[in-house]
Amino acid sequence: MKISDIQKLTEARIIAGDLLTEKNIKKAFSSDLMSDVLTLDEEDILLITGLANVQLLRTAEMADIHVVLLARNKKASPEMIQLAKENKIVLLETPFSIFRASGVLFSNGIKPVY
Amino acid sequence: MELVFEIEGGDFTSAGNASSKIKKVLKQLNIDSKTIKRIVIAVYEAEVNIVAHAKKGILKASIGSHFIEVKLTDKGPGIEDVEKAMEAGFSTASKQVREMGFGAGMGLPNIKKNVDELDIISEMGKGTLVKFKNYF
Ligand SMILES: Nc1ncnc2c1ncn2[C@@H]1O[C@H](COP(=O)(O)OP(=O)(O)O)[C@@H](O)[C@H]1O
Ligand SMILES: [Mg+2]
Repeated sequence: MKISDIQKLTEARIIAGDLLTEKNIKKAFSSDLMSDVLTLDEEDILLITGLANVQLLRTAEMADIHVVLLARNKKASPEMIQLAKENKIVLLETPFSIFRASGVLFSNGIKPVY
Repeated sequence: MELVFEIEGGDFTSAGNASSKIKKVLKQLNIDSKTIKRIVIAVYEAEVNIVAHAKKGILKASIGSHFIEVKLTDKGPGIEDVEKAMEAGFSTASKQVREMGFGAGMGLPNIKKNVDELDIISEMGKGTLVKFKNYF
């Protein structure tokens, strides 16, 4: 799925990065636990989370995740936006809950990591 | 090549700075991205452990042509039972650490999974040395 489709389906706002980034996202993982995200063997997945802090971006950077969706209108801080830009991470904010965002994307073909 | 970083206990905004620099250096050396990921995840969880559990620490990374050795030395409470601390789910993390997205007792097991050699030496009331090596 294209990033622009993820944005449309979750009614998200783009906070950092470029919607036109040529990425085809196949899988997603939803978690607030960064230690868990750091155990994933897959790269280039979509991360859906309610955790809005700098460590979210550091975790994405280390785990080679390039698209992050902040659920339930959690707001990215200027430091988070800065880190997202530095690491070419597309950061989106959706009003949807983690459950709803995950459900909508799942029913449109995004696969779970597990 | 030697890289040295200071890590402040409690400073969650800076946790990951060392891992980030190390990642950039490894990328420039054209090391395979799966290998880089394993290394930087271990460095990052170890860095977070100093921020979460210790007062302050120093991280030294030595990068050779076919390996990286990372040593993290901290001043802090130490680990009472290293074997137990290595078990998945064992954690003494504070609520604040859990709010940061850590503190589920998954850090040390994940470090172990991602490195080729690991040594942890700890003295109660003094501090901890975490040393690991990866080959590429
Ligand atoms: N540098 C350290 N100094 C003191 N204690 C530590 C250190 N690193 C780890 N520990 C201890 O080992 C436990 C397990 O660590 P870890 O697996 O990373 O889980 P977590 O950090 O999520 O608690 C910690 O809760 C803590 O009690
Ligand atoms: Mg830890």
